[in-house]
Amino acid sequence: MKPGHGEVLIAEGDVELPQDERRLVAEFRRQLDAGLWAAVPVAHADGRREAVMVRSFADVQRDAERVIFFPRAAGG
Amino acid sequence: MVLALGASALVALALLADIIAPRVLQIWAHHRARRRVVPETTLDPGRERRAEQTARELLRSCVGEEEWAMYRELGFIRVWGSQVSVRGGGVEYAYLIYPHRPVIAYAPQTGRLLGEYCVEFPDDTRPYGTARLPDSDDVLAKWMALTGDEQRLLASANFHLPGRQVDASQVTRDLWRLSRWEQGRMRDVASTLGVAPAPRRS
Repeated sequence: MKPGHGEVLIAEGDVELPQDERRLVAEFRRQLDAGLWAAVPVAHADGRREAVMVRSFADVQRDAERVIFFPRAAGG
Repeated sequence: MVLALGASALVALALLADIIAPRVLQIWAHHRARRRVVPETTLDPGRERRAEQTARELLRSCVGEEEWAMYRELGFIRVWGSQVSVRGGGVEYAYLIYPHRPVIAYAPQTGRLLGEYCVEFPDDTRPYGTARLPDSDDVLAKWMALTGDEQRLLASANFHLPGRQVDASQVTRDLWRLSRWEQGRMRDVASTLGVAPAPRRS
């Protein structure tokens, strides 16, 4: 998510391909090092939706469609 | 004679330097500031509108159908709290998420307002001259943080009593609108299923 732009595609690839996975891991780390939070939207079988906050690439489910990065929360 | 005059001039110069030097430095700083090239951030309403449209699509793809309809029709999203009452078995509290306003905590059983969690998601890189996410991105960020790690979000927020930033009477009105809206949806579901709705009491 970016001010003045909305959603921006950072990287995409297939985690089953080692080259893609390395690139995705590197990008994931870069975003977290920049201070962003990462979340994976999840849809349950009963229709319920929620997000899973992830702190490392290993936390991301292999079949996750996407990871959304957004600025970390600060007291307003 | 010349030596005496020279020494006097040096002393006078040294004394005046304390007065003149700051002024000279200030004039020099102003001069540099005037000549500095500052990248102009032009307000582009079209860009903001496109950003909001993109953000709405992302929000829609993440939250459930009910939350999306709630946001579209009422302007906020309700998220249930994670703690369940031991006695009643129901949810003890819930939140209302508004764009760029504090997260409102309330007791769903009574409608009593519990407090405001003031939180924002500033992007300090200010990619288009602003640190502020589009409205729907702000709502999505709060939704993801609340459903994903409620305690982490609340720990990042400043807590205030109800009415500090958001008018308490407006929130009460919004809760009433929400209950009416949910009743309407229940009636729609009942009519779709061919079940006669319960008679209204009022």
